[in-house]
This record gives sequence, C-alpha cells and structure tokens, in this order.
Amino acid sequence: MNTFEVTRREFLGTAAAAGSLVVGFAVPQGAAAQGAAPEVNAWVVVQPDDRVIIRIARSEMGQGTLTGLAQLVAEELECDWARVTTEYPTPGQNLARNRVWGNFSTGGSRGIRESQDYVRKGGAIARTMLVQAAADEWKVPPAECRVDKGVITHTGTNRRTSYGKVATAAARLTAPTEVTLKDPKDWKLVGKRLARLDTVDKTTGRQVYGMDLKLPGLLNAAIKDCPVFGGKLKSFDETVALKRPGVKKVVRVGDSAVAVVADTWWRARTALDAMPVEWDYGPNAKVSSADFAQVLKAGLDADNAVVGNSNGDVRAALAGAARRIEAVYAYPHQNHATMETMNATAKWTPASGGSPARCEVWTPTQNGEAALAAVGAASGLPLPQCEVYKLHLGGGFGRRGQSDWIRQAVAIAKELPGTPVKLIWSREDDMQHGAYHPITQCKLQAGLDAQGNVTALHMRISGQSILAALFPQNVRDGKDPVVFQGLNNGGGEAMIGYSFPNLLVDHAMRNPHVPPGFWRGVNLNQNTIYLECFIDEIAHATGQDPLALRRKLMAQHPKHLAVLNAVAERAGWGKPAPDVGGQKVYRGLAQTHGFGSYVAACAEVSVDAGGEMKVHRIVAATDCGHAVNPQQIEAQIEGSFAYGLSAALYGECTVKDGAIEQKNFDTYPAMRMQQMPKVESIVMPSGGFWGGVGEPTIAVAAPAVLNAIFAATGKRIRELPLKNHSLKRA
Amino acid sequence: MPQLNVNGRMLTHDAEPDTPLLWVLREQLGLTGTKYGCGVAQCGSCTVHIDGAPVRSCVMPAAAVQPSQKIVTIEGLSAQGDHPVQKAWAALDVPQCGFCQSGMIMAAAALLKDKPKPSDADIDAAMTNICRCGTYNRVRAAIKVVAAGGDPRSAGLDIQHIAAGSKA
Repeated sequence: MNTFEVTRREFLGTAAAAGSLVVGFAVPQGAAAQGAAPEVNAWVVVQPDDRVIIRIARSEMGQGTLTGLAQLVAEELECDWARVTTEYPTPGQNLARNRVWGNFSTGGSRGIRESQDYVRKGGAIARTMLVQAAADEWKVPPAECRVDKGVITHTGTNRRTSYGKVATAAARLTAPTEVTLKDPKDWKLVGKRLARLDTVDKTTGRQVYGMDLKLPGLLNAAIKDCPVFGGKLKSFDETVALKRPGVKKVVRVGDSAVAVVADTWWRARTALDAMPVEWDYGPNAKVSSADFAQVLKAGLDADNAVVGNSNGDVRAALAGAARRIEAVYAYPHQNHATMETMNATAKWTPASGGSPARCEVWTPTQNGEAALAAVGAASGLPLPQCEVYKLHLGGGFGRRGQSDWIRQAVAIAKELPGTPVKLIWSREDDMQHGAYHPITQCKLQAGLDAQGNVTALHMRISGQSILAALFPQNVRDGKDPVVFQGLNNGGGEAMIGYSFPNLLVDHAMRNPHVPPGFWRGVNLNQNTIYLECFIDEIAHATGQDPLALRRKLMAQHPKHLAVLNAVAERAGWGKPAPDVGGQKVYRGLAQTHGFGSYVAACAEVSVDAGGEMKVHRIVAATDCGHAVNPQQIEAQIEGSFAYGLSAALYGECTVKDGAIEQKNFDTYPAMRMQQMPKVESIVMPSGGFWGGVGEPTIAVAAPAVLNAIFAATGKRIRELPLKNHSLKRA
Repeated sequence: MPQLNVNGRMLTHDAEPDTPLLWVLREQLGLTGTKYGCGVAQCGSCTVHIDGAPVRSCVMPAAAVQPSQKIVTIEGLSAQGDHPVQKAWAALDVPQCGFCQSGMIMAAAALLKDKPKPSDADIDAAMTNICRCGTYNRVRAAIKVVAAGGDPRSAGLDIQHIAAGSKA
C-alpha cells in the first residue's frame, strides 16, 4: 500500500495535491465554458464532434426538469439524444443578453409548463439554421434536406453532413423568426421513459452540490442568527473564537447574526459554539404557537374577510338549510428540511488597476435571477459587476427560491476582500431559520336539503399569507390570491372540482411573526385536506358512499372526475381491500387540481388495536396534459407521497418564546423507508395543456390517508400532524 | 500527524481529535461525496464503511478510528462507479436531488454484503436513511435488482438508457 500525505493546506491551496488522490478544482463558470464551439442560438451549442450542449435556465433540484427540458429542445432540434449534455447559463449572462433565456425561477411546478413553448422553439430555430447551413453549402433548397439524429441528408443527391460540421456556418446565419413546432403525435423523445441525464454522478459522489464547492484559498463560515424572528444581536466576545485553531475572523452580519470564518467549517462552527453571544429577543420574545392558534381561531368568525370564490348566496342557503354540518381544521408550520442545508460561497474582489469591484456567488438556488439581485443588494454593486453560478441543489421544495443565506454570505465575504468564503448553515440553523409552510385554520359549513343534497358550502380560511410576507406588491385590496389554491372557479391553475348551488370561500388574513414561504405544494396542501376531508364528512353524515357523493358534485368537472375514477377503478373501490398481516385494510379518496394538473389518490391503510397506523398502498393518478417523461413523473408522484405523508404524519414546527422548538430530525422527523407505502402511479395525459407534476400530488396524500383512517377507526383527524393524535380504539 | 486508512490509502490530516470523521473526510481529505445532513446520526447522509460496517461518520470522532481500520467512502466503493449497487441505482434512476444517495448506496452495499437476499423487513431495518425527495421505493427496487442478480428489467420500470450521460 502506498502512503500519501495530503495536508489540509495542500488541499486547500493548489489543486491536486498528492499522487493519484484527485482533489482538482472544478469551478462552475456558467455557459460557454465547456468548449470553443460557437452557439447556434442561446439554447444550443454543437461541438465539432457532434456533441450537443443544451442550455437549461431552470434549476435542477431532483425534480428532473433538466432532463425534461433537454428532451423538449432535442425533440425539435432532431439531434442525437445519446450525444446530449446540458449546462446552465448564468443569471449574469441572462441579464447581459436581455433575458434571452427567460425566467430562471424554478418553483410552482413551472419548470416545464411555462418554458416548453420557447425552449421547443429554440430547438426548432437551431435545427432550421443547421439545415440551412448544409443547404447553403450544397446550394440546394433546405426543403430538400431532411435530418435525423443530427445527420442532415439531401434527399435528391443523398449527400450527408452532420450538425457538428455545419454548426459554425449555422451560427453565422440570421435566426428565423417563425418556426412551426411538431404535432405532439410526431414526438419521438417527448413522452418517452428516458433515463435522466444527471444520475451517474449522483451514484459515485462526483456530483458537486453547493456545499461541496472547492475554490483556491477558500475559507468557511458558520453563522448564528437570533433564534427569535425579529430579534437582534446584542453582543459577542470574539476573543474566545479568535483563540481557536484555524479561526480567521469574526463578522457581525446585519443586525441579527454573527459569523465565524475559519479554514474549515468544523473549526468555524465549534469556535462559534464556544463564543458567548447575547441577544435582544425583541417584541416576539414571549410568543407561542398557542397564541397564533387563538388569533387564527378568532379569524374564523371575523366579520371582515376577502372573497376568493363565490356563487349564489351561501348565508341565505345555510340559514334555510334542513341540516347543517360544520367542522374546523388546522394546519401547522412546517420546515422544508432539504437534505442539503442552505449554503453559498461568495467572493468579493475589490476594484484594482482600472477593474471595478466584483462580487461572485456560487450557490444552489431555485431562482438565479433573484439570487443575482440579492448579490447586488448585499454587495452594493451594480448588477453587471455581480454574478451567480448556480450549483446543483440538494433539494429545494421552495426554500431555495429565497436568498436570505446569499445576502449573509456576501456580507461575510465583503469583510475578507479577495477571499472566497463558503457559508454553510448547520441543520439547527436551517430548522430554526426556515421559510415555513404557512399556518391556517379553516371552518367549513355545509347546508343540506331534506334529501341530503349539498345546497351550500362556506369555507372560511383564517391565517397566514405568503405573498404578504414575500411579495406584498401582489396583495391587492387585501387579497392574496395564492391563499385560494385549489378552490378557484376556473383559471386553469388550481380549480375546485365541485359545483355547489351556493359557494363562498373567503380568507381572513392573520400573519404571525414566523416568516412563511412557498413550501412544495404551497396552499393547495391544506386546502385539499380541508375540502376533501370535509366532503368525506358530508358523505358519512348523509350515509353516502364518498365516491358516489363526489361523482354527483363533480359532474361538471370531467377532468377532475377522470383522475378520481381512474384511482377508484384501479384500487378496486367498492370491493373490500384484502387484509394485510391479519389487519383489515380501509380506503380513502382525495382529488384536486393544482399547478395546472388534475390529481387523485386512493390510500389503503390499516390501524391495529394499539393505534398503530400503516399505509400499505397508494394508487395515484395525474393528468398533466402533456407528459414529457412518464418515468420521472412517476418518480415525482412517489416522492410527493413521501413529502406529503411526512408532513401529515410528523410535520410540525412549534413556537415557544418566539423561536422554533424543533432543531433537527430527531424532533422534526421525516418518513423513512419503513413508512413508505407502495405507490401505483397512473400517468394519464389528456393533451391540450401543460400541467406541472412536482407538487400537485402532495396535496392528495394527506386527505386520502386521513379519510382512510376515518374509515378504519371512525376518528376524524382535523388538526395535523397525526403524531399528536391517538388512533387507539377506545 | 493522525493517520486514517481511507479507500485503500494511508492519509494524514491535521484535524483536532474530536473532529467528526465526516468533516475530516470532506474538509481535510477532499472527499465530498460523503454528505453532511444533520450532524446527529439521524439522516444517514454521512454513511461510510468502517471495516465493512455502515457507520454514521458525523458522530464518529476521527481519533476513535484506528489506522488499522479500513474506511471506505462512496468514492472508494468501486474504481469505476460500477459496484452492483451503483449500477442498479443508475439503471433505475434512483436519485432525485441525489444528496442523500451516497449514504443510501453505502448503507445498501453494506446490507447486501451482509445479506445478499434481504427481505423487505431486512431492507426496512437497514435502510433508515432519510430522503426528502422520496426515492424510497426505487431504493428498495434497486436493492432487489442487485439481490436478484443485477438485471434492472426485473424492476419493471422500463427506463430507456440512450443518453451519453447515463449507463445502460
């Protein structure tokens, strides 16, 4: 065995320190770093060896959008899929080129559905130019040429060339302004169960996540932010930290945080932990979750509320109803808990020798353009002097659409000019400084006639608004439209699937001090629990089968109904489920529409005498209009049950003395292998629209299981998470 | 200077003795395939093998590992990324974001070495790693593919491998 010496200094200094131990620096630098070939257009670079690089503006965080978008470009480009690789353009390049790549924001399950049109056109334009270049060389009309897998053939003479050979000439041509996209029936790559482009490096440890970035001279930072939102940093004793090994600097960050910078993160973290810090906890120092619950409860009956959807006259219909049913539901704060905690590497380069100052950031972000804006604001530099290099995300789920950690990293790096500094949040930082799933409560009231028909439904939502915190300019006349996800009348984005003669959905906004954020599935999650569990309550109260009642109410919503019918049929609704391990198995249903897609689920659960609940099987259906990569849609559906059921079973961040109590996975558990049910996915694209797939299914996970639990136990769980309730038989 | 036997090589580092093995691997030895997820042995992202057994390196002080003990990280699991578990993982497109997958793969490799034909209960007991993307069912399917001899068709996922960046 050989003995190698790799000291930390060598490793952090020059590249490839010792022998065959590979520690080279792979520094992501954005588009056009991969080779000398000119781009055909913004989306497509063809190398002389026929390798095709497709530019992807949206962020890959596991959802497969990188592969799906590449499929869409390649479909129109008619290139050889076996030779496709991808790269990210940078937000700075997008800015410099008048946003040629459009929106970088990757959230709301929008990655494919909102860019499919222009990325397909990008592929078609590049194909047109490549064929034109070949036709020009042969002096024939381009209409006489055909192309297959990047090989162009002149049909008359059978002359052939390849994209790689004509790419340079094509790049000099003027791009056509009009191209015709393929009819979906002619797709060859879109709709196929293609393997992802980014899998192999994730099986070998080679995939570089933000936390893994290596740069010459890199230092590491650990941070402590005031545990109470709205509190401030009072004082700290930096002499304690500065005596510790490897520590370079202690930095005050904004008015609420302090960071220690050291050669390694572990040394920074332990020095920070040893350093005495005093806080001014501020006005929220005594606030607790119970206080929020009281405030929200009052909102359920408040006179003032903003209407999201209404028809008929609910109040009159309820007053005149033969029978009324009422229930109150509640949904807690939850942390995204991405596996990779928030992190960013920032480098502040001062002005010198005529070059202006510059600030660069390497970070996993769902929103490169917002990240660039944050770098500009935090550095005080004009945006053309800033740049963001997007790194692969170890999970996003909405959390990485924000930029709070980026502003911190820039503030720290500014204190160490010329030195790149990587800020990594500990899991505890990440749990206590999240952008939490908003809390709401909902009071539902149904009016029934003498025959048990639903004549009226009132849903009063009380609680937190994400837009009020993050995009207050989008709250108009007190209305946050995102609050009503899944309950809208039309609009194509998130529509209610039932018709009631009298309907009122309204919102009393109540905002606690805990910062909210877009949390995978967003408000569709709790709204679907409220409505789908309450529909189940009506069915049981009126002695109707939950599927039969839904079918009656959904007659005017055929696409909603189609996915529901699909799961009911596959699951065998109406016939008893087979016992598992001597336990009787019960079913529950849920359906919704969100992020442009129709989804439904049927859950099969058992609950033993001791109250132990097990989800055995899920049947789930998705109609996303066009299905770009069905095997990845299935992966998103399965993942949605892990995320949605983790939330339903365990997900709760409680506040005591103004701070989040849960600090790690021991007190904020996530579902593991043992709890994961079998999932049978039905991907049933009906065509004619483009829906998202990363989020909608989350929303049906919890209500399908909660309805099955009611079927099994007669217990109606109206406050999540489930861990706070006993399912033990009385 | 302290020595560690990592992926078949004796390596020295200058970390303090109580530094967790995870951070020695990542920051002193440049082996960033092993991930930090929680720091309290809850999530398993940091799983490595020590003398063949899966260990959560985030709570293992580096000084507690003797130079005679063989540490294997994801980078050392196979020379070409072609350990049967890695091949099955690639064939079934198991990873989503992938951050937890080094730990998943190391846990699965240790399980399959110990029990080449694991039952579902064996898999549940050994695979306690957290994956927030929710890859659990494909993790299970990939373990079963390895146990059944490595033919990914046995999983029935019908994934087409024709791209440069993926392995058939």
